[in-house]
Amino acid sequence: MNALEINNLSKIYGNGNVALQDVSLRVPEGSFFALLGPNGAGKSTLINILADTVSASGGSASLLQHDLFLERAWCKRRMGVVPQEIAFDPFFSPREVLKFSRGMYGQKADDAWVDELLERLELSEHAHKITRQLSGGMRRRLLVAQALVHRPKLVILDEPTAGVDVELRKRLWDFMRELNAAGTTILLTTHYLEEAEELCDQVAIIDHGKLITSRPMKSLLAEVASSSLCLSYAEPAKLSDEDQIALADFSPRIHDHQLCLTLNKQGDVSDFDTAYQAAKLRFGAPLNAGVRQEDLEDVFLRLTGEKT
Amino acid sequence: MSSFNIIGTWTLFQRESRRFLRVKMQTIVAPALTAILYLIVFRYAMGDREVPGLDVDYFSFLIPGLMMMAMLQNAFANTSSSMIVGKVMNVHVFLLMSPISASEVIFALLAAAVLRALVVGGVLLLILLPFSELALAHVWMILFYGVCGSLIMGSLGLIGGMWSKTFDDMAMVNNFVVMPLTFLSGVFYSVTQLPPFWQAVNAWNPFFYLIDGFRHGFIATGDSDPLQAMGAVAILTLLSVLLAWYLWRIGWKLKE
Repeated sequence: MNALEINNLSKIYGNGNVALQDVSLRVPEGSFFALLGPNGAGKSTLINILADTVSASGGSASLLQHDLFLERAWCKRRMGVVPQEIAFDPFFSPREVLKFSRGMYGQKADDAWVDELLERLELSEHAHKITRQLSGGMRRRLLVAQALVHRPKLVILDEPTAGVDVELRKRLWDFMRELNAAGTTILLTTHYLEEAEELCDQVAIIDHGKLITSRPMKSLLAEVASSSLCLSYAEPAKLSDEDQIALADFSPRIHDHQLCLTLNKQGDVSDFDTAYQAAKLRFGAPLNAGVRQEDLEDVFLRLTGEKT
Repeated sequence: MSSFNIIGTWTLFQRESRRFLRVKMQTIVAPALTAILYLIVFRYAMGDREVPGLDVDYFSFLIPGLMMMAMLQNAFANTSSSMIVGKVMNVHVFLLMSPISASEVIFALLAAAVLRALVVGGVLLLILLPFSELALAHVWMILFYGVCGSLIMGSLGLIGGMWSKTFDDMAMVNNFVVMPLTFLSGVFYSVTQLPPFWQAVNAWNPFFYLIDGFRHGFIATGDSDPLQAMGAVAILTLLSVLLAWYLWRIGWKLKE
């Protein structure tokens, strides 16, 4: 069964900005799902529609086969959302925030779970401070705790690790993995693509409000990812318009000051030599050359046309 | 499928009540002190004079009006500050995301606003009663106008908070709408003292009926017909609560 099904969802803001165009997605129950896209692609709009803080202009969605728009309360009780923007109630402590949050989801107090969340998100020491006194990273962790306090079936995390240091990030992901292993479906947006690649078994990429691809992570990496020839020169490589045209067959781009050309493998024939010769013709002999397999970041950049 | 979220509504009511109890110097003590200062000043300025047209001394006339004014302003402040702080700090998204329906939200927020108004009114009454000859002529009337007035102001505070984008917008609503309407509603004078034109204008000020009716509950006399006023106030209460409910339901100025 799908935890979440989105059909032809669209959003046009009052100023005419089209944020989502006919996006359809399936998030399988129990999956760890990465929703990726450049800034302004429509990820947050999509999440905010699911969270009911933005209204959709068209389309439908369902959570565990219940209509998200018609059975809002039922769906909301089973959904926990971590919003991208840090928000905190300045009057209360983290413990109070969590107690109120659980109550608002119609659930009786569960001090043991609140304690566990505070501990796992490393907020126990600060549980009685007023939220105003918490650092940015702590506030973000409190948002995660708030989203989990009513034990939702689907957790949606919109950039949950921005501003959280590496160690804490790792521990946060360990916790998410545990929840996922216990059956919670997790939908995540992040700018740390290596994290998405490591954590998620499903991935969708959206750009300019349109869905570009949605499939299992392994299948995306196997089918879409190709290899690249990367060449370094004495001076950091730069691409002029003429270079772009001359090397157009190889989708030239600059990555880590290197010139990278996509190698198109057709059957058993590789165009490694053609690509190398074409680059040599324009830039001369390189100091160093290597072939690297594309990772999620490369695929993402290529599919969304983003420049590094 | 979706039943009344009792725990959610109760929790929201608790949250909104604790918010004002946490800053009681500002929410209870300060309004009480302001009202007492007014009373001291007017007590000495007016002496034992009686209010023209009403068989009552000025001090007894003034106390219920000031109480009601403080209650109305506090009911307004509770919902409006909750909304505007929520919007500025982005906390209102948690309310939008939670499975609490529009009726439940309105019920909880208005219940907290009424509680704050009653606490402020109660504190003022306890402080001032020993120093005056004021009686409680019709307790039911005091409660009717107190609760209806708080519901109207709580609803207006909510709507004002939804409309405002900044603290400045909110201050504008408070200073240019709420304050003049409450001050010019017969708290400090009997409307019979006004020239005919201003009496006619005053007849359209809903705050006048709230304050006059509330005062009637204490001194058993007033400037308006109590039954007519009760009908108007009941209708106004219903309309303002319904408007707040409707605007919340459609996510007015909250959802894009």
